[in-house]
Amino acid sequence: MSSETTLTTAPRADFEDDPPPTRSRWSLLSGTDRAVVWSMVLLPLAVHVAFVWVPAMASVVLSFTDWNGISEIGWIGGQNYVDATTIYPLFWPAIAHNVIWLAVFFLVATPLGMFLAVLLDKEVAGTRFYQSAIYLPVVLSLAVIGYITQIFLAPEQGMINSALDLDIDWLGNSSINLWAVLVFASWRHAGYVMILYLAGLKGVDPVLKEAAQIDGATQSQTFFKVVFPVLRPINVVVLVITVIESLRAFDLVYVINGGINGLELLSVLITQNIIGEASRIGFGSALAVMLLVVSMIVIVPYLFITYRDMQEA
Amino acid sequence: MSTATSTDLAPDVTAHKRTAGRTWLSIALGLTTAVWLVPIIAAVYTSLRPFNETAAKGYFSAPDTLNFDNYVTAWTQANLVQYFLNTLYITVPAVVITLFLSSMVAFGLSRYSLKFNVILLMLVTAGNLLPQQTLITPLFRMFLAIPLPEWLSDSGLMYDSYFGIAVIHIAFQMGFCTFVLSNYMKAISKDLTEAAVVDGASVWRQYWSVILPLTRPALAALGTLQFTWIYNDFFWARVLMASGDKRPITSALDSLQGLYFTDNNLIAAGSVLAAIPTLVIFIALQKQFIAGLTLGSSKG
Repeated sequence: MSSETTLTTAPRADFEDDPPPTRSRWSLLSGTDRAVVWSMVLLPLAVHVAFVWVPAMASVVLSFTDWNGISEIGWIGGQNYVDATTIYPLFWPAIAHNVIWLAVFFLVATPLGMFLAVLLDKEVAGTRFYQSAIYLPVVLSLAVIGYITQIFLAPEQGMINSALDLDIDWLGNSSINLWAVLVFASWRHAGYVMILYLAGLKGVDPVLKEAAQIDGATQSQTFFKVVFPVLRPINVVVLVITVIESLRAFDLVYVINGGINGLELLSVLITQNIIGEASRIGFGSALAVMLLVVSMIVIVPYLFITYRDMQEA
Repeated sequence: MSTATSTDLAPDVTAHKRTAGRTWLSIALGLTTAVWLVPIIAAVYTSLRPFNETAAKGYFSAPDTLNFDNYVTAWTQANLVQYFLNTLYITVPAVVITLFLSSMVAFGLSRYSLKFNVILLMLVTAGNLLPQQTLITPLFRMFLAIPLPEWLSDSGLMYDSYFGIAVIHIAFQMGFCTFVLSNYMKAISKDLTEAAVVDGASVWRQYWSVILPLTRPALAALGTLQFTWIYNDFFWARVLMASGDKRPITSALDSLQGLYFTDNNLIAAGSVLAAIPTLVIFIALQKQFIAGLTLGSSKG
């Protein structure tokens, strides 16, 4: 899924409407059947753990070493973290860029997607077409979107410069290139958020909206006071997706210039420290752990919200 | 709050207001859609124009020549056929195996009360949400250290092999698919498997002949979605493969980038070609695609 965050919420309604347990009684199973069930669960999970959690945990261990991939592994405590935050010149710019990325997604792209979903939910003529068109960028890879970005922003022939007769180096000027790239990243993200909200809005009981309007609520009051709170599970999913997608951002900047000169991101720095000539495994791992910790700040609450709902059932 | 306004007003006034509102809404959505499609139209348009012409006139200009030369060049010179085949070797097995493994885990976790049910589900869900870069450093070393027999990988390693890329997709995507499928299977009535038990069906038979056929809509939706995500992968293939000629199409497009100058027209043609399979799937299976994304989330 390249760098795609996909999520759903637990279908709570199913549990509430469906009190009889759907699980078979474990004690009735024969020994063979028990072994089959355990193998069906544990063998695939072993693949997941071996290639996802083992490396993630190994990042934590390696972050306390000075390993370069060849030498003996030496333990240096928190030195990599100190170096990253004090003497590594790209660290703070990358953090700043990730924060800007998140802020633009959170304040612009996500609300825009939500707004478009509300408009599309009114089902004027042609809605199906509008919906497909707005969703279209989401099926494109971020690499392809990177190339499309270049068609628009290339300094000499680029669409924007040749249309407006400007001479701006959109992608080469490090004080504006992040913002220029974010226009295209938002183009895609808004479509993604739109489709999630649209599905949520279709599930809202129309009686709620009608009741609010009969009570004299305006359109925006109806949305913010009545519909938005009902959409809580979708809001949680969209929030998590917005944060994680901002942390995962990589492909787009990597295609454009390899993630340098104003387009540094934490994800790019991690990658640069392991591929290429200077292989700094320990240092790269320390950067990865910082990304891991920030991700966990949204992942862990999300898991608790989702599975608390499931366990109540 | 006794403001039953709209119902008290003369009906033709509200009807008129509503029609006017809907007209404005149509215009707003039409304009948004037009703006939304501009980048895609621009890419197609650029891909149909010769480099020399746009170099002189800029991309935003009326065309003198429109032809498929860039497509021919991309297809023949850049070896795109090979890249598409690479994608096929990775994507098809990865999607099928991901669905197969996830459906087994989901079956076990949703139909039986095992210990640690919820913890195991949390583990795979969280695993799927991690940014890939949090695990890439050790994963890269693991791929370099794990040997494979020659028939699986001509490099003799996980690194730089179709097998390795498929495995990381499977491991990573399993989280999302398990989560969705276990929710789906939980909603399937217990009576169905009970009946099978009475008939003496083994656990495997219950999974394969009873539950799995009923899960088909979810599998179709997830399959569509997973195909697109894995097809669009750039990062794994970029970092875990060395050779350009084994990379799948999405991460190989920059082979169209020249050493000394960039022919964006040629890259546009390559990008359009690379996007065609996902666009065809989206247009043909739009319902499946959207269902996969929103499975479960609309019922909250």
